Amino acid sequence: MSDISLVVNGKRVSAAAEDRTLLVHFLRENLGLTGTHVGCDTSQCGACVVHVDGKAVKSCTMLAAQANGSTVVTIEGLADGADLHPVQAAFKEHHGLQCGFCTPGMIMAATDMIARHPEGLDEATVRAELEGNICRCTGYHNIVKAILAASKTMGKVGKSKTKKAA
Amino acid sequence: MGIEGIGARVARKEDKRFITGAGRYVDDMVVPGMKHAAFVRSPYAHAQIKKIDVKKAQAMPGVHGVLTGKELKADGIGNLICGWMIHSKDGTPMKMGAWSPLAFDRVRYVGDAVVIVVADTKGQARDAAEAVEITYKELKSVTDASKAMDKGAPQIHPEADNNLIFDWDLGNADETAAAFKKAAHVIKLDILNNRLVPNAMEPRAALGHYDKAEDHYTCWTTSQNPHVARLVMSAFYNVAPENKLRVIAPDVGGGFGSKIYIYPEEIVCLWASKKTGVPVKWVADRTESFLTDAHGRDHHTHAEMALDKDHKILGLKVETQANLGAYMSLFSSATPTYLYATLLSGQYNIPAIHANVKAIYTNTAPVDAYRGAGRPEATFVMERMLETAARQLGVSPVDLRRKNFVTSFPHQTPVVMCYDAGDYGASLDAALKASDYAGFAKRKEKAKKAGKLRGIGLSCYIEACGIAPSAAVGSLGAGVGLWESAEVRVNAVGTIEVLTGSHSHGQGHETTFAQLVNSRFGLPIDQVSIVHGDTDKVQMGMGTYGSRSGAVGMSAIVKALDKVEAKAKKIAAHLLEADEADIVIEDGALKVAGTDKNVPWFQMALAAYTAHNLPGGMEPGLKETAFYDPSNFTFPAGCYICEVEIDPDTGMTEIVQFVAADDFGNIINPMIVEGQVHGGIAQGIGQALLEGAHYDDTGQLLTASYMDYTMPRASDLPSFQVSTSNTPCPSNPLGIKGCGEAGAIGSPPAVINAITDALGHENLTMPATPQKVWAACQAMKH
Repeated sequence: MSDISLVVNGKRVSAAAEDRTLLVHFLRENLGLTGTHVGCDTSQCGACVVHVDGKAVKSCTMLAAQANGSTVVTIEGLADGADLHPVQAAFKEHHGLQCGFCTPGMIMAATDMIARHPEGLDEATVRAELEGNICRCTGYHNIVKAILAASKTMGKVGKSKTKKAA
Repeated sequence: MGIEGIGARVARKEDKRFITGAGRYVDDMVVPGMKHAAFVRSPYAHAQIKKIDVKKAQAMPGVHGVLTGKELKADGIGNLICGWMIHSKDGTPMKMGAWSPLAFDRVRYVGDAVVIVVADTKGQARDAAEAVEITYKELKSVTDASKAMDKGAPQIHPEADNNLIFDWDLGNADETAAAFKKAAHVIKLDILNNRLVPNAMEPRAALGHYDKAEDHYTCWTTSQNPHVARLVMSAFYNVAPENKLRVIAPDVGGGFGSKIYIYPEEIVCLWASKKTGVPVKWVADRTESFLTDAHGRDHHTHAEMALDKDHKILGLKVETQANLGAYMSLFSSATPTYLYATLLSGQYNIPAIHANVKAIYTNTAPVDAYRGAGRPEATFVMERMLETAARQLGVSPVDLRRKNFVTSFPHQTPVVMCYDAGDYGASLDAALKASDYAGFAKRKEKAKKAGKLRGIGLSCYIEACGIAPSAAVGSLGAGVGLWESAEVRVNAVGTIEVLTGSHSHGQGHETTFAQLVNSRFGLPIDQVSIVHGDTDKVQMGMGTYGSRSGAVGMSAIVKALDKVEAKAKKIAAHLLEADEADIVIEDGALKVAGTDKNVPWFQMALAAYTAHNLPGGMEPGLKETAFYDPSNFTFPAGCYICEVEIDPDTGMTEIVQFVAADDFGNIINPMIVEGQVHGGIAQGIGQALLEGAHYDDTGQLLTASYMDYTMPRASDLPSFQVSTSNTPCPSNPLGIKGCGEAGAIGSPPAVINAITDALGHENLTMPATPQKVWAACQAMKH
């Protein structure tokens, strides 16, 4: 057994888990955060993407013990209270989801993608960057649209914040 | 149409929970005392079970039970069945082999369930499953349907000689033979429709809970039709009588057909819960899904088409071998017969058709309906034939199609269907325009200069949705009726719950069904709740598949709304001292037409429940139920155009343009309809370019994970240009045809027609991988 302490969605949590416990199972079973999904077991589908210390990580590829001491954000922690994160809002507005199963991973991956491309995104880049996230419902058409729209919105917000700070 | 009514592009109500991680799928369910299951599965494609030793496994930490097929049989649990009877052309019924939920004497495919292990954790269950010792005697196996009837092939079920399940005919052989005698041209083609794995992103799961005190079972399961699951588990598998079995299908993460069927795991989890005294949850891992979810397609077809000297089609002959896998899944017999051969007339006027279908057992996963179910196979045959005919005759594929289109309705085909309405020329024109078909030659020339091969391909599909009426499908062999039910409950404060037998697993019913109520009564959609997926809440339902929720499910809601409206108007007329015939519903109120007299909707509802002042003899309350049985199938149709560019040095195919022009009849929410088309096209392009289930010679599935089975990724696909035209469906009150499967039906032939156009090559099997395309490019050089 390993003692694991993490900050998850802003809250400090500690629990003991079997050494072989994956981060995704720790989140789902120990913490009851079932928004993060398991879709493939082989790190292909990306339904399990969360942010660990600010980076998108497939939580089925990481032992919970490896994440000890880290700060983790899951889909449940992305919105600011009742205010949706711009990526969540864009997925809704542009119908970027159908069954919803891949959606948490898509949104977490997209948020990370937008953060890594402050210069903005184009369709080809979004499609290439989605290599690690599989959706069977949408044909990606509206997911791509949603990410491009969110990237624009966040770029504007980012710029206006920078202006204010200046 | 109003901002939330029929026709409006309303954002989905259900999205809130999905985008915040608050969706509730079966694997998210926790029941007090719940334990976890793992299945021990056959590693062989075909073997006798000589001995099962569970002692070591039973002694492993955390284990609550290790149960076998013999115990299951002893408790009277029944075999899995196929619910659609097909008779061979000689009149004999289909030959259904026994399928025990846990195999006890013989295993017939890799993945066949043999033992269930229940333990405190999933990890412990898996550890103990590895400690179960099973002695097998391996038998010869066969995975290819075209070889399964050969002399010396292994006999898979004693019930089916030569592994032949049925040998079925449709159409008129003599008339077709006569048509071929008159032919000026005969086109022949051998066609393989590749085996696919549906791959809903949520793996199948089941949670069985037996309540000893009540002698009652609850099953949470990833089902597209929980009521059918309850019915079948009760009536055929002897799990429990219907009143003692509740089936709940909560949020379900995609289905595409694969979650219609009742599989061994949910039956075994329910039974194991009673045996072990604990609630039992099983969740498939992805490889289990690949091995055991019902696969799709897998047809070998030889087709011949006769044309006269003016290129009018005279007749069509089709012979198909359908691989049904190791066992007959729930609707497996309907897919290659009444969902396939009945659509072989396509959009065309064909005087004579004859189809023969042989359904065959092999040592592979069971095959059943997958998005489109039979109709993609029929469309692929027809549209490859049309394209091939145009090339061999040296005429335009557009002109050849147009010349043979059905243009007057109703149109009776020689293969059962009576097309009720359509305008195939309109879809074709829309697609030609959107794709700038006329400008293709220039684009091809430009590509050539860049060393690329450019091709364009069409596909004009027709499909049949909302299979019905029940009496007709019953006469064709269906074991169930294909109606739908609905209940509309108006609460005392005027808000509404709609209980529906349809099931949403991505289709957005919580939004579209509420839009219908908004259009009728003016209530904002957040005052309308859609309830589905629970046999304790919804009285009965046939579920969601075959693009039926709009055409059939919503029609049942319309019927119930009609009854609610009639009663509401009676109450309002009484309150307003007006004539019932003068009451209209507008802007959330019941008004006396042409006056300012009105009663707000909520006041009318309150009056129904206080019952202080109702018309004489009227029952209190406002709740109505309806069952709707359609009078005909619906016939969505459309035209898809695909344009590709191939790099001859690498064999890579890029889809540079994909245009869809569909006629779905009336549309409730265009945003959701477009989403359905996008998803369907992606699955069709996946079939054409990327996907294929492959078994090796010993029956091992080589494509059993996402590392081996090529799922379409975002970078494999373009953005799609989709549009719709509308000839309303005459057979249901909303004029809806259905849109869920069209994309997967229409797109594969468009892609292959484009690739073969680019290569100048007559035939190429799906998936057209870079290797196959490169080899074809090399062959062109020599």
